Amino acid sequence: MANPLAGVHAARHRLKESHPLTLLIVERLALSVLLLWAVSVLIFAGVEALPGDFAQTYLGQSATPQAIANIRADLGLDRPITTRYFEWLGGVVQGDFGNSWASGAPVSEQITKRLGNSLFLAFFAAAISVPLAVGLGMVAVHYRNRIPDRIINILSLAAISLPEFFIGYLLIVFFAVQLGVATFPSTVYDGMSWSERISAITLPTATLVLVVLAHMMRMTRAAIISVMSSAYMETAELKGLGAFKAIVKHAAPNAIAPIVNVVALNLAYLVVGVVVVEVVFVYPGMGQYMVDAVTVRDMPVVQACGLIFAAVYILLNMVADIVAIVANPRLRHPR
Amino acid sequence: MRLREIPLTAWIGILGILFAFFCAVFASLIAPFGEREIVAGVWEPASDLYLLGTDNLGRDLLSRLIYGAQTTLFVSLAASILSFSIGIFLSFTAAVSGGPIDQGLSRLNDLMMSIPTLIFALVVLAVLPQNIFILIAVMAILDSTRVYRLGRAVALDVAVMEFVEAAKLRGEGRMWIIFREILPNTLSPLLAEFGLRFAFSILFLSTLSFLGLGIQPPAADWGGMVKDNKDGIIFGIQAALIPGGAIAALAVCVNMVVDWLLKRTSSLKGGRGDV
Repeated sequence: MANPLAGVHAARHRLKESHPLTLLIVERLALSVLLLWAVSVLIFAGVEALPGDFAQTYLGQSATPQAIANIRADLGLDRPITTRYFEWLGGVVQGDFGNSWASGAPVSEQITKRLGNSLFLAFFAAAISVPLAVGLGMVAVHYRNRIPDRIINILSLAAISLPEFFIGYLLIVFFAVQLGVATFPSTVYDGMSWSERISAITLPTATLVLVVLAHMMRMTRAAIISVMSSAYMETAELKGLGAFKAIVKHAAPNAIAPIVNVVALNLAYLVVGVVVVEVVFVYPGMGQYMVDAVTVRDMPVVQACGLIFAAVYILLNMVADIVAIVANPRLRHPR
Repeated sequence: MRLREIPLTAWIGILGILFAFFCAVFASLIAPFGEREIVAGVWEPASDLYLLGTDNLGRDLLSRLIYGAQTTLFVSLAASILSFSIGIFLSFTAAVSGGPIDQGLSRLNDLMMSIPTLIFALVVLAVLPQNIFILIAVMAILDSTRVYRLGRAVALDVAVMEFVEAAKLRGEGRMWIIFREILPNTLSPLLAEFGLRFAFSILFLSTLSFLGLGIQPPAADWGGMVKDNKDGIIFGIQAALIPGGAIAALAVCVNMVVDWLLKRTSSLKGGRGDV
């Protein structure tokens, strides 16, 4: 072991003695930071290593070598990759993602506005879908293998199989075109009143809810069933504990971790759902911005959006893990 | 496995998948018109001649749908077979060798799984040239991370079971152990996983094509057809919903088969109930 690491090891050991839980959480946080850094390398350098030259693809096949050299110099692509990576990373840490190749405008300006829009949409979708999914999951467990469970099972299986854009267009056809009660396209702009904003995002929110609801509900159901069929629940029943007491004392602490995990996983899934739903509903969020940038190969925008989406995803997974560690003492003693 | 033990939903799923493959294989015989043939006006309603109407350029929607089955099924099947091969190969290698190889592969896998698949695909496709083989490779590599995870778990799980130990002790050869002891016990979960990957590939390809980054026009592909016809929706023209429905129907069929395979797996493992 290298010498500088010895101090870290000693500190780790002291912390393990006094606050084992804190140590686990700190380690999980450190892991996320490391992961985020690795993702930034992957998104910047890994992409660079792929075959295909930015300038070449940007200008097209018929570009002259001189034009390609010019644009490379313009965009700073002629400098070594490590220099550019650290410049980029230094900017990112300060919230500066560079300038868009297509418009020349700073990427961060666009992103702050659009990230707010996307989070607004995702927040409403989450606020509706999480309680609904956990509730329906419990209903399914309660009526396990009876008619309501089977109906929920078949419907959720169908919902999992529908592509996001198909659900979106079905809702548009039904509610916006045939009934005329909802607005489409869902454009939002500055200075829009709250009620207008809410009515604009009704359909995209409904689509996102439908997309994640089925997944979340099926996973909640499986999590609850696996807890309920475990040996300690049988013991609780055999020793004469009432059903309610058994659930409160034995099932709930064990079910929290898997359910939080399910919720976090699906909120992370919302990140992806947002991209498609924004394109369907012409909603000015991050997803639409990223897809447009990919079409014109505007790399600074693509990298910035990719990094932010990945960061949200990593953050949610981290929260899920930490809640699981806190809720379930068994996870504090790996191996 | 007895045929009458297969539930009705799985039968419907199997028949649906076979029907889609039939359309894909015999597309040029069944389709009334050509894939890129402009036969009538834009967005004509369904009639005796054009059973599903025409699309945004006046091409027969039914013919495009049949040819689209070819592209959609070929690309998603190729991607899932490739991803499965990569995932199984690397995961079994990792499980057998252990040590630094296992660590290295598993950490790389964790890293790749920490970026949402669609986002990763968008970043990569922004750089790579647009080409059907590159598309298949990108889909396969991104998806193989899921197969790797399952494959490694399954391989580690089965290799230490008592019956494998018993077979070793009674002196069976390595081939017997792999094919008669380990494989039959991993076949069911792996088959179910393959189905899941296939369903995911169909949806993923359709999503990419819908975003304009998958199959490029004029080739017919179900996701791309939704994109082509989406502008008609606001005028009450539902041409975009037909390919969308086809994607959904195919994915439902695959998922119904997978559901049955998963249940079968859990009952084989002696699981309690239908977790």
